[in-house]
Amino acid sequence: MENSDNIISLKNLPVGKSGKVINLICKKSKRRRLLDLGITPNTIIRNERVSPSGNPIAFNIRGTVIALRKEEAEEILITIL
Amino acid sequence: MGLSHESSGLALIKDEYIVEKEVNHTVIALAGNPNTGKSTLFNYLTGLKQHTGNWPGKTVANARGTFHYGDEDFLLVDLPGTYSIFANSQEEEIARDFICFGKPEITIVVVDSTSLERNLNLVLQIMEITDNVVVSLNLIDEAKRKGIKIDVEKLEKELGIPVIPTVARDGIGVEKLLNTIHNAKHSYSPNKVKYSSEVENTIYEIENILSTYLNKSQNIRWISLRLIDGDENIKKELKTFLIEHGFTDEPLNKIENIIKKHENIDDSIVTTIYENAEKISNEVVTIEDNRKVNWDKKLDDILTSKITGYPIMIILLGLIFWITIVGANYPSELLAKAFFSFEDKLTYLFTKWDVADWLYGILVLGVYRTLAWVISVMLPPMAIFFPLFTLLEDLGYLPRVAFNLDNSFRKSGTHGKQALTMSMGFGCNAAGVIACRIIDSPRERLIAIITNNFVPCNGRFPIIIAMSTIFIGRLVNKKYSSILAAISVVSVVIIGILFTLFISKFLSKTFLKGVPSSFTLELPPYRRPQIGPILIRSLIDRTLFVLSRAIIVAIPAGAITWIFANITIGGISILNRTANLLNPFGTLLGLDGHILMAFILGLPANEIVLPVLIMSYMSEGAMLEFENIETLKNLLLNNGWTFITGLNFMIFSLLHFPCGTTLLTIKKETGGRKWPAFTFLLTTVVAVLATFIINIVGKFIYSFI
Repeated sequence: MENSDNIISLKNLPVGKSGKVINLICKKSKRRRLLDLGITPNTIIRNERVSPSGNPIAFNIRGTVIALRKEEAEEILITIL
Repeated sequence: MGLSHESSGLALIKDEYIVEKEVNHTVIALAGNPNTGKSTLFNYLTGLKQHTGNWPGKTVANARGTFHYGDEDFLLVDLPGTYSIFANSQEEEIARDFICFGKPEITIVVVDSTSLERNLNLVLQIMEITDNVVVSLNLIDEAKRKGIKIDVEKLEKELGIPVIPTVARDGIGVEKLLNTIHNAKHSYSPNKVKYSSEVENTIYEIENILSTYLNKSQNIRWISLRLIDGDENIKKELKTFLIEHGFTDEPLNKIENIIKKHENIDDSIVTTIYENAEKISNEVVTIEDNRKVNWDKKLDDILTSKITGYPIMIILLGLIFWITIVGANYPSELLAKAFFSFEDKLTYLFTKWDVADWLYGILVLGVYRTLAWVISVMLPPMAIFFPLFTLLEDLGYLPRVAFNLDNSFRKSGTHGKQALTMSMGFGCNAAGVIACRIIDSPRERLIAIITNNFVPCNGRFPIIIAMSTIFIGRLVNKKYSSILAAISVVSVVIIGILFTLFISKFLSKTFLKGVPSSFTLELPPYRRPQIGPILIRSLIDRTLFVLSRAIIVAIPAGAITWIFANITIGGISILNRTANLLNPFGTLLGLDGHILMAFILGLPANEIVLPVLIMSYMSEGAMLEFENIETLKNLLLNNGWTFITGLNFMIFSLLHFPCGTTLLTIKKETGGRKWPAFTFLLTTVVAVLATFIINIVGKFIYSFI
């Protein structure tokens, strides 16, 4: 089990940094959608860039750049690599 | 439904998916993630001009086309691009149901070689439904450029199905792909995903229960997996269609109890598939990125930067309009000259043949002149604007626009993809309304549909361009007038976008209350635009389509306007009587009765508003021939137009009710009369209020000058 101090939400991953997915804290359809995008435990996700207005954030998830709003990124827990 | 014993069961549940086909056609389904070149392959094979664009979710309904190879006829069905087919969205459901119930003989999965891992996820999911899968390893040239090497033989062995490297854009590898599906008369034996022992045991238990009710030819393993996955649709369908075989709540409860024993088991299915995809990808892909510059990243750094992101968006838009305005000027003049010199010939012939005056009036002064106007004013700007816009679309710029603008849409309580559907409205609002299907949440989809009209379509651009040229461009030295006109057009578009956001927010707070649902937006790699297809597609598909629609409407509109202008009651024409009736209200909005009438007569298509207006002014006596934009300016000024009239004409055109086609499309897309009626009312009120306020404020300011 990872040290809980190192766990942050994906929303707070700095640009250019990568993190490893620990868990998703949302439920039901929202959870399914994120899992289906390939955000499963142990997936490496990199913050590629932030929209000029600060939201959404574009992440590299399994080779594709996908933008998520902060509300979604918030529900993905990661450890920074 | 009277299913016979043989035909009953899941395989035939959805009759609607059984493709109506010629007896000898082999049905091929084309599946794949978004932006993998599926539609490009579809076009290459069928020669159909399926509209492709470099943004996700382009294929909203199944496109179908046929082709012939060897001695075989094929029917190709292009499915929506999806990451997964677990039926989380309408698109995924369409794709899954077709593969599952449409019974295609072969499913080609088009895979993006540059992100194999993500794409394999879908391949593995489809392999669970059907054995007859062929992978088209597309964009292999792009992968090579990025230093990505894929061991195709190993990949074939890992998957247990044929894998053919292709570059659909250039037709590379397509022959081999065709040869493979042509010879694919036997089933493959794909290496299906093995799940954890917990899942496999659960599958086994459920399979045991189901095998009582389903026969072997049905994919019981897949149905079991779907049940474990918590798929409510499958449960419903099992209950509905297997009831006559004794499948009641009891076996379903039994199954549910089995699943309940295992917590988080549904997560483990999707996770296992992705882990498998990752494992296979790691085994077959080697990356040696020795590029000096990563252009995708460089471009994105500029196009989505805090400092340059927004200015570039506005400049690009302005540049497109400037090129359109400058480029359209001369051809418009040429066309007008040609049309009106032909009108002289027509007049000569009609006189020579001694045709009755009224017939000459209807046919030449009414129909022909309106047509001449529509074509010479509309064709050149469209023929320039559409290819330029399609170029940006092909390049992959639109998702960046959506990325940049999303925060504003989020604050308006709407879906991030609304920026994409809004962009489609630039071409044609009816197309924009259809594009709203990419938004899943019904509430946000409705908002996107209702507000789509606030971006000017190509029927309205000529009005905005003409008014910008006449009333705003002329404010400065001739040298800079086209630039100022372009700035004016961009400003009108920005006003339209601001109204979109404002009205969306208003709807989110009132009639369509709610919080924005989650959304994801893919930023696909930039792609080299295909100049040839862009020209064909934008000129033939879009320009000619829009123009022909305008022509069809212009013919009766021209005739009716002429008749109204020439039938007099008490010495005043019906046209003028109506205009006079509308005049007090029109004046209140800084317009006049003729303008309002032109908008009302222009309901079938916005393209004819300007021609109808010109004809109704000209019928008052001043019969002048169109030579260039200067003639139009004089005509308008002679009819009492001021700067405010010009401005309000643009604003009213921007905000007013959608054209008939768009209203009908809204009716079709929302399944009733309620929302088109609502849209009509809302937009009309907005247009009336906006022009009224501009008029009051404008008059107030003028009183000081």
